[in-house]
Amino acid sequence: MKKGEEIEFIKDGKRVDGRTFDELRNIKIEVGVLERADGSCYLELGDNKVIAAVYGPREMHPRHAQDAKMAVIKFRYNMAPFSVDDRKRPGPDRRSVEISKVSREAFEPVIMREYYPKAAIEVYVEILQSDAGTRTAGINAASVALADAGIPMKDLVSSIAVGKVGGEVVLDLNAVEDNYGEADMPIAMIARKNMITALQMDGRLTKDEFGRGLKLAMNACHQIYELQRTALIERYNKRESVKFEEREA
Amino acid sequence: MGLEIMDDVRKDSVRNRISEGYREGDREFREYREISIERDVAMKAEGSARVKIGNTDVLVGVKLDLGEPFSDSPAVGVIITNAELVPLASPEFESGPPNENSIQLARVVDRGIRGSETVDLEKLCIVEGEKVWIMFIDIHVLDNGGNLVDAAALGAITALQNARVPNERYGLTGDDTLSVRDTPLAVTMVEIEGNILVDPDCNEENAATSRLTVISNADGSLSGLQKSGSDSMTEETILEMVEIGIEKAGEIREKFLKTPS
Repeated sequence: MKKGEEIEFIKDGKRVDGRTFDELRNIKIEVGVLERADGSCYLELGDNKVIAAVYGPREMHPRHAQDAKMAVIKFRYNMAPFSVDDRKRPGPDRRSVEISKVSREAFEPVIMREYYPKAAIEVYVEILQSDAGTRTAGINAASVALADAGIPMKDLVSSIAVGKVGGEVVLDLNAVEDNYGEADMPIAMIARKNMITALQMDGRLTKDEFGRGLKLAMNACHQIYELQRTALIERYNKRESVKFEEREA
Repeated sequence: MGLEIMDDVRKDSVRNRISEGYREGDREFREYREISIERDVAMKAEGSARVKIGNTDVLVGVKLDLGEPFSDSPAVGVIITNAELVPLASPEFESGPPNENSIQLARVVDRGIRGSETVDLEKLCIVEGEKVWIMFIDIHVLDNGGNLVDAAALGAITALQNARVPNERYGLTGDDTLSVRDTPLAVTMVEIEGNILVDPDCNEENAATSRLTVISNADGSLSGLQKSGSDSMTEETILEMVEIGIEKAGEIREKFLKTPS
C-alpha cells in the first residue's frame, strides 16, 4: 500500500474510526497503580496503553552527572517488545532515545528542580500497547505520575498530536492515519498558561495548516488537562474518605 | 567546578549583551554568520559537501549500498541518516556510542529529507522485495561553533544534489542520476531575553533555554519541526519563528542551491 492510496481517510466529514476532525480518542486515566513506585499512572488513549512510574527525588547516580544547583530529570520511554505488530527488539533505539529527550524537556519547565540539588527525579514510561501517539500518551501519564509522587510542579503538562490525513488537519491520529497520513505533529503544553513545552513535526504541512494544527492541539490539551486533574482529584478524594471512615470507627 | 562558573559568567554576559541589542560580531538578530559550501570534497562518496557557518564546520557524505528493502515497503529504497559528534569537534564531545544530541541531530535532518520527499525512493528500487539501494547520509561534525542542525541539513541536501548512483561499481546498468526533487532547509532559532535570534553560535546556544528548528521546502511548506531545550514557548513566538524560518530558508536556497529540475 502506498501513501494516501486505497484508504479513504475522510468520508462525509468523518474519519476512518468515525471521529470528527477535532475529536479525541477515549482517554482513561488511573492514578497510583503501582506499589513500589513513588508515583504512578496507567493511561489509555484509544488503543494505546501506557504506564508511567516516578521515583525520587533521590540521589543522582552517577555522581559526576549531578547538578549542584538543581535536580536532574531522567526520562526513559520504553516500548514493550509485544507492543507493536513486528516485535520490537528490547532496549533503547534511536527513536526512543529521541522521544525520551523531548519528553524530558517537556517537563523541565514545570518541575521545581531547584528544590533538590544533586538529586534525580526519575520518570519511567512503558508502552504496553501501541497505536500511534504513544509519546503523547506517555507524557500525559508521566505528568499524572509526577503529581502522584508529590513532586513539586508549577503545573501539569498535557500532550496530544495533530496531523494531516486525506488533505485535512485532524486531531489525535490513530495508527492507520499515522502510518499513511501526510503529517504528524505532537505537542506538549502547560495548558493553563498556554505555554508549549514540546513540539515536533514530520511529514509535510503548509504554514496555514501548521497554524491551524497548533490551535487544534492546544485546545485539545485543555481537555486533557481537565481529565488529568479529575483523575488526580478522584484518587485523593477516595484516599481522604477512607481515612475519615477509619477515624469514625 | 571552575568550568561551570565560567559557563554561568559567559551565559550572563551573552544575555546582557543581547538585551542591550548587541550580538557577537556585530551580527543582526536575524542574520546568519557567513556561509560557505564546498562540493564533492570526498572522492569515494557518491556525493558530499562541506558546509561552514561561521566557525561551525560540517562534512556530509552520501554513500549508496545494495540491500534488502523493509518488509512493509518492498518497492522503495531506504534512507539511513547518521551523525557523529566526534571528540575532535568540541571539548564537550566524547567518544563512544551516539548520545541523545547526535541522535536528535541525525533524526531532525532525516525528518526534513523524508518529509519533503526530496529523494524519489521508488527510483531506488532495483528488484521489488529483494534488492534496493540503501542510501546512507553521514554527518561528520568537524568543528562545533553552534547550530549544527542547519549546517548538517544544508550539507545533506547539497551532497544529495551532486550524488550519483554507483551502478557501475555494482555491475548494474541504468541511469546514474539521483532524482532530488526538493530542497528542504533547516533554520534554527533561539529565544534570549525575549529576542528571537537566528543561527545561534555555541555561546548563544548555551545561554538560551529553548530552541526551535524549522525545516521548510522550496514551496514554503514545512517538512519538519523540532523544539528542544528546557524552557517553554508561546504560540506567538512559535508562529513568528516559523515565519522567519521559511523566509531565511528562502534566502539560503536562492544563494546556494540548485533549483531541482
